[in-house]
Amino acid sequence: MKKTKKIKKTKKVKKTKKVKKEVAFKNVTPNPASLRTVDNHYCAGCGHGIVHRLVCEAIDEYGIRERVIAVAPVGCAVIAYEYWDFDVTEAPHGRTPAVATGIKRVRPNNIVFTYQGDGDLAAIGTAEIIHAANRGENITVIFINNGVYGMTGGQMAPTTLAGQKTSTTIFGRSLRREGYPLKILEMLAILPGVKYAERVAVNSAHEVLRAKRAISKAFKMQIDGKGFSIVEVLSMCPTYWGMTPIQAADRIKNEVATFYPLGVIKSC
Amino acid sequence: MSKNKVLMCGNEACGEGAMAAGCTFYAGYPITPQNELISYMAKRINETDGAFVQAESELAAISMVLGAAAAGVRAMTSSSSPGISLKQEGISYLSACELPCVIVNMQRGGPGLGNIAPSQSDYFQAVKGGGHGDYKLIVLAPMSVQELFDLTFLAFDLADKYRNPVFILGDGLLGQMMEPLVISSDMRPTHYNKSWALTGCKGRKPGIIRSLLLGDGVLEAHNRHMQDKFSLIKKTETRVQHFNTRDADIILVAYGSVARIAKAAMESARAKGLKVGFIRPITLWPFPDKAIEDASAHAGKFLVVEMSAGQMVEDVRLAVNGKARVEFYGRMGGGVPCEEEILACVEASLKSGGAAR
Repeated sequence: MKKTKKIKKTKKVKKTKKVKKEVAFKNVTPNPASLRTVDNHYCAGCGHGIVHRLVCEAIDEYGIRERVIAVAPVGCAVIAYEYWDFDVTEAPHGRTPAVATGIKRVRPNNIVFTYQGDGDLAAIGTAEIIHAANRGENITVIFINNGVYGMTGGQMAPTTLAGQKTSTTIFGRSLRREGYPLKILEMLAILPGVKYAERVAVNSAHEVLRAKRAISKAFKMQIDGKGFSIVEVLSMCPTYWGMTPIQAADRIKNEVATFYPLGVIKSC
Repeated sequence: MSKNKVLMCGNEACGEGAMAAGCTFYAGYPITPQNELISYMAKRINETDGAFVQAESELAAISMVLGAAAAGVRAMTSSSSPGISLKQEGISYLSACELPCVIVNMQRGGPGLGNIAPSQSDYFQAVKGGGHGDYKLIVLAPMSVQELFDLTFLAFDLADKYRNPVFILGDGLLGQMMEPLVISSDMRPTHYNKSWALTGCKGRKPGIIRSLLLGDGVLEAHNRHMQDKFSLIKKTETRVQHFNTRDADIILVAYGSVARIAKAAMESARAKGLKVGFIRPITLWPFPDKAIEDASAHAGKFLVVEMSAGQMVEDVRLAVNGKARVEFYGRMGGGVPCEEEILACVEASLKSGGAAR
């Protein structure tokens, strides 16, 4: 209220330059109610903070904050519950979809989602994600693919690109030695239990908007009882890619998204 | 109060005990010799509003139980030795997060894939903490089909009361054998407040279930809290049976299915005029060390009989603390001791004398 009064006053004085300045400082994107206003532990240029926010925006959009039970992973997002303002449980590494299954089966009216990295979902939790998807559990999965194990110091992930240097592939990932980057979203999409699968990125404002739409749709699928929905988010890890945040964002566009194509893979 | 007498195998009786206790979630993975239990739960839970999931692995099954327990319902999983090894990850998390649940182990011969014959070689894993970290499970050791029902019913109340996983340590013999079971119609599970459960944060602050405690000293404080809880459980929940211990020259100690064989051996020995007593721990953790210690004041010898290379015998020795001689007779790899074998050991021991005071 005070702010608007001030603006009106300045308008009366007809100092147009000052008016423009004040409008520019107005917060037009306040924090979603589901996102706590606290500092986070993520590195500069990391995509987790953006995705946390998109998840919270989707939850607020549907007014489901009080129905949500989230399952946090082991990995960089292990303390996501410090940032989200709704019920959250931890899970043993990779068992995240199994924990979500237990919750959703006994509380089908709650909105249950997992938030998992590529180590949690595509390595140690491969069995859990495939079988939760194949059972068609009515849950939502937010899958962050940044191609490295961030929390433990930048080791190779199943999703690490060929040639990519990590602390366990110091000369670059060799396809002969370490095998191929795992396109687990495409694998999951062939399962009849999967009703919605989309790959998005958060490397630019344009992609963030698309990511937001995808995450919102994934939650809507669950709200409507449609079944298993998953959104893979190509995310930056400047720290363990050895890049600046801008270089990392460019790498998503120029390298990562050329191997992991963006877009809807399946929508029923 | 009406009583319903039925003939059931131990695995089914365990499942029926869970149903009587209000279990509404079960997740499991097939493994012999507990398959009757998973099939029974599939049938019984699906007759109710509860949920049954045949999991993709033991790791997933125990994690599903973690989810259901976090959501505040009575949840259970069961397996046999190799599968229980896989569940240790989740058991450690459940303990750390103080989530109540019931885990059943119908032990089979080990190590490794072993065989499918009865065994008691998972005692250490059950009572000393098979997973990582300082934690304790309440471990109940039934010795009959009736007790598989009764103690499973009790297990759910204890789990909720203390917010701690409770373990039923049976074996393939108990799980497979059939005996009459009396089910009272007036069994009512105790209701415990679960304000900590995740149900969606309507009308309250958001809840967090976590075991990751990174702040300086926070994890140590949590461990102290858990140890205080374990001390309370030890004080209040130790369960044990004694038979003829007052005048005994030698006291047999056995649990589970071996307890019924050892008890029969004691009765045969008494018929022969031998002064043999018998102590049977019902809770393996908390271990009834006071009862054993007290008995050591007037019995010169203990003979521990197990289907293992000697695991519970270590707890008996700790309880006796050098005040009496502790001997051991064990069978391994699926071998089941018979009454005559135990009796022969008792007679040989009494003949050899040598009670160390």
